[in-house]
Amino acid sequence: MKARIKFQKYGAMKFIGHLDVMRYFQKAFRRAGYDIEYTQGFNPHQVMSFASPLGLGLTSDAEYVDIGLKSCEDPEIMVGSINEALPDDREHGKKESAMSLVSAADYLVSLKDGYEMELQGGIYGNGSMEGNFGERLYGSLEDYGILHDKFRRAFERFYSQPNIIINKKTKKNEMMVDIKPMICFTAFDETEYRKKLSGNLADFRRTESSGSYSVNAESKADVYENKIRVYMQLAAGSAVNLKPEQVMESFCAASGISYNPFAWQVHRLEIYTRDEETKKLIPLDRFL
Amino acid sequence: MRKLALSDEILLSVEKPARYIGGEVNMVVKNPKDVDIRFCICFPDVYEIGMSHLGIQIIYDILNRRDDTWCERVYSPWVDLDKLMRERDIPLFALESQEPVRNFDFLGFTLQYEMCYTNILQVLELSKIPVFAKDRTADDPIVIGGGPCTYNPEPIADFFDIFYIGEFESGYEEILDIYKECKKNGMTRREYLERVSQLEGIYVPSFYDVEYNDDGTIKSYRKNYDKAPDKVRKQIEMKLDEAYYPVKPLVPFVKVTQDRVVLEIQRGCIRGCRFCQAGMIYRPTRERDVEYLKKCAYEMLKSTGHEEISLSSLSSSDYSQLKELVYFLIDEFGSKGINISLPSLRIDAFSLDVMGKVQDIRKSSITFAPEAGTQRLRDVINKGLTEDSILNGAREAFQNGWNRVKLYFMMGLPEETDEDVEGIAVLADKIAGVYYEMPKERRQGKVNVVASTSFFVPKPFTPFQWCAMDTPEEYIRKQRLLKGSINRQPHGNCIKYSWHDAELSVLEGVFARGDRRLCNVIYDAYKAGCMYDSWSEYFDYGKWLDAFEKNGISISFYTCRERQEDEVFPWDIIDAGVSKPFLLREYRRAISGKTTPNCREMCFNCGAKQFGGGVCFIEREAVYEGKD
Ligand code: SF4
Repeated sequence: MKARIKFQKYGAMKFIGHLDVMRYFQKAFRRAGYDIEYTQGFNPHQVMSFASPLGLGLTSDAEYVDIGLKSCEDPEIMVGSINEALPDDREHGKKESAMSLVSAADYLVSLKDGYEMELQGGIYGNGSMEGNFGERLYGSLEDYGILHDKFRRAFERFYSQPNIIINKKTKKNEMMVDIKPMICFTAFDETEYRKKLSGNLADFRRTESSGSYSVNAESKADVYENKIRVYMQLAAGSAVNLKPEQVMESFCAASGISYNPFAWQVHRLEIYTRDEETKKLIPLDRFL
Repeated sequence: MRKLALSDEILLSVEKPARYIGGEVNMVVKNPKDVDIRFCICFPDVYEIGMSHLGIQIIYDILNRRDDTWCERVYSPWVDLDKLMRERDIPLFALESQEPVRNFDFLGFTLQYEMCYTNILQVLELSKIPVFAKDRTADDPIVIGGGPCTYNPEPIADFFDIFYIGEFESGYEEILDIYKECKKNGMTRREYLERVSQLEGIYVPSFYDVEYNDDGTIKSYRKNYDKAPDKVRKQIEMKLDEAYYPVKPLVPFVKVTQDRVVLEIQRGCIRGCRFCQAGMIYRPTRERDVEYLKKCAYEMLKSTGHEEISLSSLSSSDYSQLKELVYFLIDEFGSKGINISLPSLRIDAFSLDVMGKVQDIRKSSITFAPEAGTQRLRDVINKGLTEDSILNGAREAFQNGWNRVKLYFMMGLPEETDEDVEGIAVLADKIAGVYYEMPKERRQGKVNVVASTSFFVPKPFTPFQWCAMDTPEEYIRKQRLLKGSINRQPHGNCIKYSWHDAELSVLEGVFARGDRRLCNVIYDAYKAGCMYDSWSEYFDYGKWLDAFEKNGISISFYTCRERQEDEVFPWDIIDAGVSKPFLLREYRRAISGKTTPNCREMCFNCGAKQFGGGVCFIEREAVYEGKD
């Protein structure tokens, strides 16, 4: 029998790489006393698969792992026991279902506090505002507000291009790719994000059924004072996959900002699969 | 959520950031306001090595049992972070609270091997604690050292306020109680050191001045504090059967060297191999109760979720309840996806049966440690492993499907001749020959024998503490000799030879039996950039040679000199339980090729009986008469 577990990854856990997260869960399942299914042989290992590995440094509200179980208890009890087996930096909901294909994912990309200067010379730089604007930015919320608007305008300008070409490097070669079709939408605050998202979602209430148990956990995305952030829904999965870091790098290049990977906190909000009939999206924890 | 000491930017630009964030399963967090003593324990090597060490887990567990104490951890930052911390002036911090180590009351180092000494200085310097004990003030932690290297702490004496000699379980309470009292009464650092020096097992190196003879040997140790003890006696835990086992060990995020539950089944070793320091300083042998171990195994697997359990001891085969324990582990956990690993087992019918159950015979190998190539030399070192028992063990293993053999030897042993060196090749060849005695249909392809040699380093508190070490040139000559000899053997093409480099062992030899004059050498080498010396990619022998030269100190004085029987040793200040007359007796027996029975067969009055327990008090038929 298969079970799907949804978990959040945040706080110091963002520094744990994917392979270590796997090992971590294997041990956690044993501590929780799950009746895990093992492969045969002298080095038995657990039957488990992750929906879409998260890169180092990223946080997430929606990580999924499917595991094999020989037997199981009431989902509520199982969620309780796994949460007890984990130190405080995570919370979990659980649901049973089968493996599925990841199709899209939502991200929130925020500028970390203290990195506002990085935008200087780019989106609010030369001409439009006073030359020494950068210095005044620190500490004043009002200034953050102005910067926030400029960021939004710059991002909209970037996104309105008919094609967004990036140089995609793989292990074997480099190629030019248009990532525009891989960006489903962008938004700049939560209301706008929710509104755009609901248009893309399938009516998945019908899939709610027995064996499903979920904890409505609060989002663990870090909140920054400067409020400079962008929501985006991107193509994800094994066929086409666009990373939010690639979008940001391309945006920075287009806006005359030097891209600093440490300046942006990437947080995954959800992972989706696509409904065969309606072509709409279903969050992985709603999909049986 | 805990706030981390390092920024995202730094953590994402170094290798394995998980080394520095703490937060592991079973980590202990306390409120600093609720405790009187902040203790930071350090294993001066990289996280993955340090986290694998059982001793740290034991200390962490017992210190945190005290309500008034919070014990945290720190390890050597890897070279990438080391560089960043220096550039940006970031002080070294403990993993739990992420607070600077300098703010702690104690900084304790466990000293497991000599080649970690420069990393001690790294940790001190990054913590902004003065490297030399004499420069520390009331604002600095008390720096305390423990572990096997403290049986000769002199080469690092200047860097430590205190050494604790022995097993931590038995003596820590008073060290902390006195500290708490001194702190409350506003007493000085010096006053604390004076008071704590009155405890058994405590050595305060600054209370002694060393005088040297013209030939460079030690003339005497003179106390500069009257009440300091003449000798510091090691402290050991006699109630091991149920003493403090950490049933909730830390479970790291990253894969560490020892990624499993470790069950310490006994301490000490009954064998008395004459080159082995552990076999002498951990005397007497004490076993843990098998029922207690079963309970621990169960609890530890539950609390960690590890998928492997391993037994730990110097010689597992000598544990009297081994069969019961091992079959229990296999029956109880084997079907639950738990691997069972059994190191240091003597190859016999029992161990082959067990190994066949817990590992894939085709992929695993059997291991022997004859240590010397001929019976004559094995008698000199008192290694009670005969050629017959090796060949019989190998034969049985081959018949059961094994075809890989690993052999461990030492080179440069006292009394070693070229014949003994070539004996290694001959023995390896005989083992391969045993394989080809089997009819062809029973063989599993080619036999694969790997012989490796390490360079013998004489250690304090062993019968060989008086011996000269070979020169590196001699060691290399012997390596060549062996290599040629292996190639000439009939089955030479099935034997692979691997060896250790000589340079690292030479330094180990210097520090193992060195004195206080080496502190400056270590300091200068560190200042010149030496660190992580046990990592071959960072070991820089040239810099070390410069540091010796700068201080006018000759390496061969420490390594290649045979000591007089009455020479004053730097470690004479320590009483490890085994007496000097016993060691000397053993040394003489070694030279004349006489073996000594193990502690279960006969007690040889080594001196460890004074601790009042363990193997010294079992009933035996034979009693040693005192005549050799
Ligand atoms: S006193 Fe005797 S039995 Fe005890 S450790 Fe020494 S030799 Fe062995």
